[in-house]
Amino acid sequence: MKLPITGDALVGWAIPMGMIFGALLHRGAVTRYDVIVNQFRLRDFTVMKVMLTAIVVGGAGVLVLHGADLAAYHIKPANLLAVIAGGLLFGIGMVLYGYCPGTGIAAVATGAVDALVGVLGMLVGGMLYGLTYPWVRDHIETVWAMGKKRLPEVISLPDWAWMGGLAVVAVGFFLLLERKSASSQSASEG
Amino acid sequence: MNATWRPYWVGAGIGVLSWVAFAVMNQPIGISTTVSAASGACLTPLLGAEAVASNAYWKKTPLKLDYPTVFVLGTFLGALASVIWGRAFRWQVVPPVWRSRFGGRAWVRLAAAFLGGVVVLYGARLAGGCTSGHGISGTLQLALSSWVFFLSLFASGVATALALFGRTGK
Repeated sequence: MKLPITGDALVGWAIPMGMIFGALLHRGAVTRYDVIVNQFRLRDFTVMKVMLTAIVVGGAGVLVLHGADLAAYHIKPANLLAVIAGGLLFGIGMVLYGYCPGTGIAAVATGAVDALVGVLGMLVGGMLYGLTYPWVRDHIETVWAMGKKRLPEVISLPDWAWMGGLAVVAVGFFLLLERKSASSQSASEG
Repeated sequence: MNATWRPYWVGAGIGVLSWVAFAVMNQPIGISTTVSAASGACLTPLLGAEAVASNAYWKKTPLKLDYPTVFVLGTFLGALASVIWGRAFRWQVVPPVWRSRFGGRAWVRLAAAFLGGVVVLYGARLAGGCTSGHGISGTLQLALSSWVFFLSLFASGVATALALFGRTGK
């Protein structure tokens, strides 16, 4: 079999790939409004645990695959004004909605009517973006446009050092979280 | 079967899924492009097919039955399968944390969810990705744009949560 898969065969693979992703989101409890909002209230770190583990495990593997010429990078351009403004809006929207696009769609399957109404909102958000896109492209995307840069090109450490550093920070953070939750548990028991 | 798995295992699972997504499919995990493509399709009855097809954005990303679109359908189906398997289906309009702060009125919660949905997707398209496309697939490639997005959304989310919920309460 020649990789990557292309053409019509590829589309069929999207079903199992998407299903595994959706099932993982549900089993990880990140399809729950309370879990997502309590992450931003710094009371429940489930979202961070899921994301940082996915980034480190996924990143280490993709780094090796890319090194072996088995995976291509797909870097989004660093149009920094658009990215920062988009990120700030996204954070506001994510707390109001209580889900992000992927977890919102998955949450509809759990019976969350608010998630479904938010999906309709997302469709309207997409409409507004499409209609304003020509202006955004000409006036926002051009500001602080740094191209498809990767962190190792910004601060020139080798890829493995970035990934290793990230892993150390993530594991240290997890150990701290687990120790804190263990001590608060024993405090509430005692 | 336990309805919830340890977040580390779930994260590792998404990480391994990313290996396959990159190496076998050459298609990083992402959601929001498909949603905005669907928005264009929804506008077709309103504006006419020609106006949508000639729009600069939807010309670039028309709604097609391609890998990213089917992936989003799969995400819904996978969550549904997991919900049925774990007998976890539960109608919810007002989640507990929202209720304890803003009360049980359904229309208030649904209005906020709708507005939040509008803002979240506009932000995702402006930035070029969401928590999946930027937050996982982009950050794991060490993309500058994705890390800037991740930090911006987290800072803004913490500030918004503080403004909406304050420091106290459940």
